[in-house]
Amino acid sequence: MSPEDRKQLEARYPVGEKRPAEVHSRSWRRLDEIALEAIVDGTLGIEDIGISAEGLRRQAEIARLAGRETLARNFDRAAELVEVPSDLVLEVYELLRPGRAADERPLLAMAARMREEHGALRIAELIEEAAGVYRRRGLFRKRF
Amino acid sequence: MTANDRPNRWKRYEVWDARPLRLDGFAAEDPEHGFCAANSPYDPRPGLKVEDGRVVEMDGVAEADFDMIDIFIARHHLDPAAATEAMARDSLEVARMLVDIDVPRRDVVRLAAGMTPAKLVEVLGHLNATELTFANSKLRCRNRPANQAHVTNAKDDPVQMAADAATAALFGFDEIETTVRVARNGRSNAIACAVGAAAARNGTLIQCSVEEAEELRLGMAGFTSYTETMSVYGTEATFVDGDDTPWSKAFLTAAYASRGLKARCTSGSSSELLMGVHERKSMLYLEARCLCLQRAMGVQGTQNGGIDGAPLSASVPGGLWEILAENVLAAWLDLECASGNDTRFTESEIRVGAKIVPHLMSGTDFICSGFGSVQAYDNSFNASLFNGEEFEDFLAIQRDYLIDGGLSHVAEDDVLACRQRAIDAVTAVLEGLGAAPLNEAQKQSVLLASGSRETDSFTPAGVAALNAALQAERTTALDVIRILARRGFEPEAERLVMMLRQRAAGDYLQTSAIIRDGRVLSAVNDPNDYLGPGSGYRISAERRGAIAAMRNVLSSKEVLHQETRPSREERRRYALIEGGVAAKGSDAREVVIGVSPAFGTKIHRTTAGLPLSQVLRRLMTGIAEGGGSARVVRLGHTADTSFLGLSAARLAGSGIGIGIQAKGTTVIHRSDLAPHMNLELFSMAPLITLDDYQAIGRNAALYAQRQAPEPIVVPYGGEALGARFHVRTALLHALDTELSDPSAEPRDLEVRFHES
Repeated sequence: MSPEDRKQLEARYPVGEKRPAEVHSRSWRRLDEIALEAIVDGTLGIEDIGISAEGLRRQAEIARLAGRETLARNFDRAAELVEVPSDLVLEVYELLRPGRAADERPLLAMAARMREEHGALRIAELIEEAAGVYRRRGLFRKRF
Repeated sequence: MTANDRPNRWKRYEVWDARPLRLDGFAAEDPEHGFCAANSPYDPRPGLKVEDGRVVEMDGVAEADFDMIDIFIARHHLDPAAATEAMARDSLEVARMLVDIDVPRRDVVRLAAGMTPAKLVEVLGHLNATELTFANSKLRCRNRPANQAHVTNAKDDPVQMAADAATAALFGFDEIETTVRVARNGRSNAIACAVGAAAARNGTLIQCSVEEAEELRLGMAGFTSYTETMSVYGTEATFVDGDDTPWSKAFLTAAYASRGLKARCTSGSSSELLMGVHERKSMLYLEARCLCLQRAMGVQGTQNGGIDGAPLSASVPGGLWEILAENVLAAWLDLECASGNDTRFTESEIRVGAKIVPHLMSGTDFICSGFGSVQAYDNSFNASLFNGEEFEDFLAIQRDYLIDGGLSHVAEDDVLACRQRAIDAVTAVLEGLGAAPLNEAQKQSVLLASGSRETDSFTPAGVAALNAALQAERTTALDVIRILARRGFEPEAERLVMMLRQRAAGDYLQTSAIIRDGRVLSAVNDPNDYLGPGSGYRISAERRGAIAAMRNVLSSKEVLHQETRPSREERRRYALIEGGVAAKGSDAREVVIGVSPAFGTKIHRTTAGLPLSQVLRRLMTGIAEGGGSARVVRLGHTADTSFLGLSAARLAGSGIGIGIQAKGTTVIHRSDLAPHMNLELFSMAPLITLDDYQAIGRNAALYAQRQAPEPIVVPYGGEALGARFHVRTALLHALDTELSDPSAEPRDLEVRFHES
């Protein structure tokens, strides 16, 4: 890491300490709005607590500055999933497990859905790559 | 006839057969069947061919023959910018870089990103155990070491779980991992750990290890903050049997991050062997594949180092070397390493201690993953390497080497106060959530319980009902926080809010993150900067204090204080009345007993706990029995046994004397011998009985009559007398030595016994 990168990192991370005003949760709550009074009042719901896509991309930039490219890519993929409903997230996971899909088609359809409906380009790529490998390695065979 | 009843067997084997070690299984080295730590003849030679930026051959396998693991590693792990240089480097040279204090960590981490699994293994093969340990101290990601605790109990009792979570957090664990006995109990376990830990400190990462979808839901409800059970395997068939692929796991990794949850994978050698498909590869090679895969998936860290397979890894030659090498490799690949030490791989306590030392010496991101902070029988993950029973052994090793293993000494009263607070907080929460209230006796049973066998609080049926309600009501961390705030537990509520704020910020998603005092520390803002002496993590004065502190330490003051009561008792038993300067006696049967300066003045018991009045009486009785006459003399000029004995002998009419220190060490001496060439020496004072003292007196009298009595043998059972008594002995002897005055003349002592 260059001294310049290190300085940048020190200025930006941890964002909760160094740049709290720039961070907001999934539902656009500032960090200081995530407070006991708001919870006791009931003005804050559990859905307000989640990390935002922007927050994850910010962590991806930090990971890149720290020299962790693969970790950064994971955060970029995660950013695409923030707004994907949890049931759908679990459905994609299930579909990616060995033997769940009988052939490539459900995977490719899911990839298209992630790309088109959720703008999840990297996730779509990951699913498409899986489809190709599963075909090559015979991972579509039923296991139970 | 079996080997065991062969008459000509050396009996030492029977002793060895009875050792706990003999319960351990040891396996023959057998690469054909996967029993091979490293360098299997079936492991591939390192190699990489890249054409137009595409990997066409890796470790001897052509692209067309890649399995899914090869494909994922080739596409997502290997950094083309580093690969050409990294693969071309001589492996021995890279191995030397790993232990070179003049080569910064980032240089070797960059090379690892361009290396294939076989190349990484070849490099590590050049390092011996010491070098691996040293490499680890340079390679681990976070500067400050930390530790993780298992907190579980056999009843899934949330009240005990909260009390134990608080205790673990108080002792310094930065992460708490729980799991369930009954699958449906995840919610109450997670809530209990979160609330309990919050009663102890500001910022503990919590995990509840359950089925993936349920674990994700617990995280989203705000109860937990990390996961580490995403298993990764080194062969394709095992991976598929584990019901996953690198793509499903990479997706899951992203899914956890998208919900603001820290994640690490689990690998660890021998899992492929346990699951039956090892492809005849060595343990280290398969683990290298797992770790390259994890880096490729973009997970921030790993839990590796044997884990569930540790007993199997440890069964082969070089097994513990291999486990250590796995941990070093994780760190070298820039992954947070929760370094195993979480399985009781042996019944031998010596092997347990030997296992932990390299990890403690080097430091790792989490020394154990995790440490069994509860009693072994309460550990729902099975017994860990260290358990609640052995907690203080771990603290002692930290103290011995002044090493930071992440834990601290805590005063007894503080533990109890913290447990009380956690119990009050969690019962308030559970009542608020609709559980039946507990009475004071039930709470008290948990407060004092070492384990679930001593508790009387929640029944399994009660826990099941509670979890059904939690699920039906879709209870979240916000409900828990509200109840805490309303029922007088604002500090705990604030700490849980802090954890939620951290989740929105996402800082603890970075590599090797922990939260201390509400602040995130990770490899980003606390990077390991070790470059030899004077650099890297050094324990602060404050940390040193917490590591050096110990229960029941002895000091000079304490030892002196302990003599107060015996002093009063002794005054009722006898009096030592000092007379004039002692002259040489003329009675040929006279034996002189020379006592040291502190004898009966400052010190009143031997290290065996015998009152000195009785010791003196029995010596004198023995002398009389042997036909001698006793004279007692105070020798003020020395506290050394030999010189006490020789001085006494020179005053005795017979030329035979007994020298005795206040702590009970005794010698029989003769006036014409060299100081350290005595007749009989009794140096193991803690073992000397009153009967022995009487026999010593008798023998002395017989020597006085120029007889040759049978020397007295004080039976010794092989106890570590030094461990048990040396601190006390040294402090007592110092008192004796302080009182001695080289110019003091010997004085006759009249001994008056007040009772028979």
